[in-house]
Amino acid sequence: MSAIQFDDVSLRFAGGARPAVNRVTCQVNSGEIVVILGPSGCGKTTLLKMVNRLYEPTSGNIFLDGANIRQLKATKLRQQIGYVIQQSGLFPHMTVADNVAVVPRLLGWPKPQIQARIDELLDLVKLSPGEFRDRYPAQLSGGQQQRVGIARALAGNPAIMLMDEPFGAIDAITRTALQDEILRLQGQLKKTILFVSHDVEEALRLADRILIMRLGEVVQFDTPFNLLTRPADEFVHTLLGADDMVRQLGLLRVSSAMMALPPNYSNGHNPTLSHLDSLRDALSLILKTGAPALTVLEGGNPVGLLTLDHIRESAVNGR
Amino acid sequence: MSYLLSNSGDVLILLLQHLRMTGIALGIAIALAVPLALLVSRLRWLAVPVLGGLGVLYTIPSLALIIFLVPLFGLNATSVIVAMVLYTQVILVRNLTVGLAGINPAVLEAARGMGMSVAQRWWRVQVPLVLPVFLAGVRIAAIVAIAIATIGAKFNAGGLGKLLFDGIQTNRYDKIVAGAIAVAVLALVINGLLLALEHYAQPQRRLKHG
Repeated sequence: MSAIQFDDVSLRFAGGARPAVNRVTCQVNSGEIVVILGPSGCGKTTLLKMVNRLYEPTSGNIFLDGANIRQLKATKLRQQIGYVIQQSGLFPHMTVADNVAVVPRLLGWPKPQIQARIDELLDLVKLSPGEFRDRYPAQLSGGQQQRVGIARALAGNPAIMLMDEPFGAIDAITRTALQDEILRLQGQLKKTILFVSHDVEEALRLADRILIMRLGEVVQFDTPFNLLTRPADEFVHTLLGADDMVRQLGLLRVSSAMMALPPNYSNGHNPTLSHLDSLRDALSLILKTGAPALTVLEGGNPVGLLTLDHIRESAVNGR
Repeated sequence: MSYLLSNSGDVLILLLQHLRMTGIALGIAIALAVPLALLVSRLRWLAVPVLGGLGVLYTIPSLALIIFLVPLFGLNATSVIVAMVLYTQVILVRNLTVGLAGINPAVLEAARGMGMSVAQRWWRVQVPLVLPVFLAGVRIAAIVAIAIATIGAKFNAGGLGKLLFDGIQTNRYDKIVAGAIAVAVLALVINGLLLALEHYAQPQRRLKHG
C-alpha cells in the first residue's frame, strides 16, 4: 500500500490568480525518498504542508496508509509525522535534549524512555549526547542545528518524514555531509520521506523518485535515471541540465545502470565500488584501471556488474 | 542620612505606602496590558491607534495627568494609581507586542508542525520566548511607577515623596536629601531585582555569556 496518496488535490489561496496546487494525483510508496523539485512558486512546499495539514486542500483528499487525513485530529496527525524545516526551527529556549523530547512528551511517553530516546537519537545523528545534550541551539553550528532538527523529527518514531528544504540555508560542504547523513539514516530506518528542494543536485542525490512541479502542477514523477534519460518535456530537460553528460553521470547512481549478477558470476579480479557511487566515479575507475567490468557492492556483498557499455547507454539515452 | 536612621519607623511606613502604590498600579497595569497586547498582536491594524494613543498619553506631564484625574477619583492615592496605570500601559503593551512579533516564525511553524495545540504553543513556546522582553518592560514600567508615586505625595497619597515635599515646605534639607536617597535606592533595588528575574528567564543567554 502506498504510504502517502494524493487524490486530485488542489489548493487555491484566497486572492490567488491560479491554484497554488492544481489537481495533483500521485502516490508515494512506503520506505522511499521522494523529492519534490521545482522553481520557487511551483507549489512544492504547499503540497508538502498539506500532508500534515498546515494547509487544508480546497478540494481532493490525502490518504496516509489508506486513512483520509481529514478524519484525523490535526495535532494527533502531526505528532505522527516527522517535520524538518529550513533553519531548523529549534526552540531557542530549550536545550538540545528538550528539543528532541518535544514530541515524545506530547505523546506522553514515560520519562526514562524519553531520556533513553534522546541519547539514542543524538548518537544516531552523530552528536555525542554527553557533549550536546545540555547545549542551547545558539551554541551549535548550522549543520549541528539541522542534525538536532532531524533527531527531533525522528523522536516520536514516525513512519513518515516531511522535510521542507532542510538544507537550503546551509553551506555547500555541510549540505553534502547532511545529504550523506540522510542516505545513511534512510538505509537504517526506511522511513517514507517527502523532501522539498529547489536544488537539482540534491534531488538527484537523495531521491528514489523525483516529483517535478511547475505552476502548481506535476510535470513528471519518475526515478532520477528516467527523468534524465526520458524527460517529459523541454522544461524537465532544462531543469535537470540534461545536456551536460559528464555532470549527468555524476548525478546518477551506479545502481541505476548496472546489470544484475549473472548466475555463473565468480568473484574475479574486477575492481569494486559501492552501489551508491555515481556513474562518473565508475567511468573514472574504468579509465584508471582499464578493467572491462566493475563489481558493484552493497554492504560488502556483490550485487551487480557494470561495464562501459552500461555507462554509455545511460549517457546516450540522456541525449 | 542621619534623618533616615533616626526616623526609620516613619520612613518605613512611607516606603511601604510607596511600594503598595507601585505594586497595585503595576498589577493592574499588567492585567490590562496582557490582553491588550494579545489583541494588538492578533489584529495588526489596531497597533497604530492603540500604541499611538498610549504614546500620546505618555507625553502628558504626570503632574498634569494626576490633576486631571483628581475630580474623577478624589484627592488620594487612587488618582495617583490610575495615572501610574495609564503611564505604564504604553511601555508594557509595546514590549509585549514587539516581543511576540519578534518570535522567529520558523519556531512557531515547527511547534505547529510537531503537533502542539494552541495552548501548548502558548505556554511552552510563546510565553518562555516573550518573557524576557516582557520583563524588561515591567522593569522600566516599575521605575516609571516609582517616580510617579513620588509625586503622589502632593496629592495626599503618602509615599516617600512626602519626605521631599515636607522638606521643601519646611526648609529641612536633611529631609529632602533623605527622601531623594530613599527613592533612588528603592528604584535601584527594584531595578536590580527585576533585572535578575529577566536574566533568570532566559537560560539560553545565561549559558551563552556564562
